[in-house]
Amino acid sequence: MEENKKKICFPHLGNYFIAFKAIMEPLVDEIVLAPSITKRTIELGTRYSPEAACIPFKYNLGNYIEALEKGANVIVQAGGGCRFGYYGEVQEQILYNLGYKFELIKFTNNYDIVNLAKKLQTINPKVSLIRIIYSLLLAYLKVRAIDKVENYVRLNIGFEKNKGEFDKMFKAFLKKLDISNNLFAIRKTKNEFLKTFKKIEIDKPEKPIRVVMIGELYVLMEPFSNFNIEKQLAEKGIEVHRHCNISSILHDLFMKEGIMRGFLKKAYPYLKNNIGAHGTESVGLAHLSAKGGFEGAIHIKPFGCIPEVNAMSSLYQISKDYKFPIIYFSFDSQTSETGVKTRLEAFYDLLIMKKKKK
Amino acid sequence: MISKSKIGIPRAMLYYKYGVFWQRFLLELGFTVIVSPETDKEILKKGTSLSVDESCLSLKIYLGHVDWLISRVDYIFIPRIVSLKKGESLCTKFMALGDIIRNTFKNVKVIEYTIDVEEKEVEFINLIKVFFAWEKNIFKIIKAYFLAKKEEKSLEEKQLNNQLLELDRKDNDSPTILLVSHPYTTYDALLGKPIIEFLKKQNAKIIYADIVEKEKAMKLAENISRDLYWTYNKELIGAIEYYRGKIDGILFLMVFPCGPDSLVINLCQHKIKDLPITVITLDELEGDVGLKTRLESFVDILKIKKTRNGRK
Repeated sequence: MEENKKKICFPHLGNYFIAFKAIMEPLVDEIVLAPSITKRTIELGTRYSPEAACIPFKYNLGNYIEALEKGANVIVQAGGGCRFGYYGEVQEQILYNLGYKFELIKFTNNYDIVNLAKKLQTINPKVSLIRIIYSLLLAYLKVRAIDKVENYVRLNIGFEKNKGEFDKMFKAFLKKLDISNNLFAIRKTKNEFLKTFKKIEIDKPEKPIRVVMIGELYVLMEPFSNFNIEKQLAEKGIEVHRHCNISSILHDLFMKEGIMRGFLKKAYPYLKNNIGAHGTESVGLAHLSAKGGFEGAIHIKPFGCIPEVNAMSSLYQISKDYKFPIIYFSFDSQTSETGVKTRLEAFYDLLIMKKKKK
Repeated sequence: MISKSKIGIPRAMLYYKYGVFWQRFLLELGFTVIVSPETDKEILKKGTSLSVDESCLSLKIYLGHVDWLISRVDYIFIPRIVSLKKGESLCTKFMALGDIIRNTFKNVKVIEYTIDVEEKEVEFINLIKVFFAWEKNIFKIIKAYFLAKKEEKSLEEKQLNNQLLELDRKDNDSPTILLVSHPYTTYDALLGKPIIEFLKKQNAKIIYADIVEKEKAMKLAENISRDLYWTYNKELIGAIEYYRGKIDGILFLMVFPCGPDSLVINLCQHKIKDLPITVITLDELEGDVGLKTRLESFVDILKIKKTRNGRK
């Protein structure tokens, strides 16, 4: 019996493991949570990945190896627009050649909720479709809760009076959310914590420096992979805005037409056509925030990310036309943390000086 | 009025795939067509200085060609190809070409049409829509389209027949190498051509993976990779299966940094165990001494293997 136990694992992405867990819980005997990302994760991932693969591929592979070492035997990979949709097959082959025994569940590039549920059912045919859809709903609500709270924290953490309060509260929130197991509990947790977060004393100037984060979704959402850029900015008293999170991505997927066209409109005249994955969104957001009086933008991407490189020539133009400072970072396993931090420091010093002059 | 408009086609990227079709189509409509010259050091240098550092080498070359054309023509012809088949797509580079050019060059006039099967954007209809501005007689456009398609098809058949004849030619000493790379790498004067010439000098027989029965190759590709959704890569991988048994080794040529190739080639290296494989990555800094040594030793290995097998 012990042999047949399904132990599932999935790659990390920010704090969203809580939501992934909610989907998988009814389906399998055990969830093996990959250890949090550390230097070792990326070292392992880099060692066994093709050299020119992008950095999310390497992080994912590192997560898998660490989870397989802990005894997982089913791994999950999603699919998407650019290279991401092809990760699964290549990673499967690499891990097989390393001698691991496991089963890969890969979702196709076409998402719709019934097909997704049916695919999930193949993991454990005994669980009913309704139950799976219910757990997908729970996961969705958890994602929404995380995004809502994270958003508030991101905007205000730089201005807290007593350092560390937000962090402490946020950890408590994640713990509580993890054990909230039905629709009402999730709602209650979210609302309660939003209230307590709002009670934390902050000292925010009327017009703080506002910076918008744009770029590729993995490095945006996984703070380890971008050396905690957001945190560093917040410490300098900068309000950090970010549109991209799982809620917005799900929105894009299910209401594809409307939202994508919306961003294309915002990007005009810098773009006339969609340029793939989140590239269009980056240009649209940059244009919008340049017009909206933001102080600057930070564009981050994995090295060689094609859609974001496509976006860059448009971003150069926006930056020139609106005199809108944009700094570009690309991340690879060789990127040095000090290098990024130094450049970031110079960037926000510039923003602060510019603000003072006004 | 038409005959006065000069349209430029950059000799880079998909020119090597659809150039014949484009050229014939535009000529039939009465435009003057100018194709940029073969890539040289000057074009590469200009293209590199114009492009974002992290762009792939092929895009840098493309920008160099556009720069050469821009003072000589009225319009630049840039088809925007997103997907050619249901459930498949191309590298996102091809869907952004027009926008990259518009943002890099000031005051450039672009003729752009979209092919996107997933979104029901058909080449035939979009060509009529775009060229209606110049040619009010729709039948003339339709005629030009079919004539151009016919020429493209007959050329492809001719190439395939030649290659199959070459493959059957008995030649015991020279090893047969399958060159797997995108046409815009293979036939570029700066990237693929010197390598091919060098290999031929080493007495190797070159078979091109982009010349293949496309439909058949697409099906065969699934033997190697089940999830692959990049049309061009699928054709190339299919060619490996198509020519398998008749070749002695595989040479992958890849430009740096190519997103799709980096993953697909890695998978091939893991899955193809019965043939010697070498992967050559090209960038704008490549000194050719190291390259030649690697190619030489690859051909030597193939030769040794061949004579050994011959003795058995």
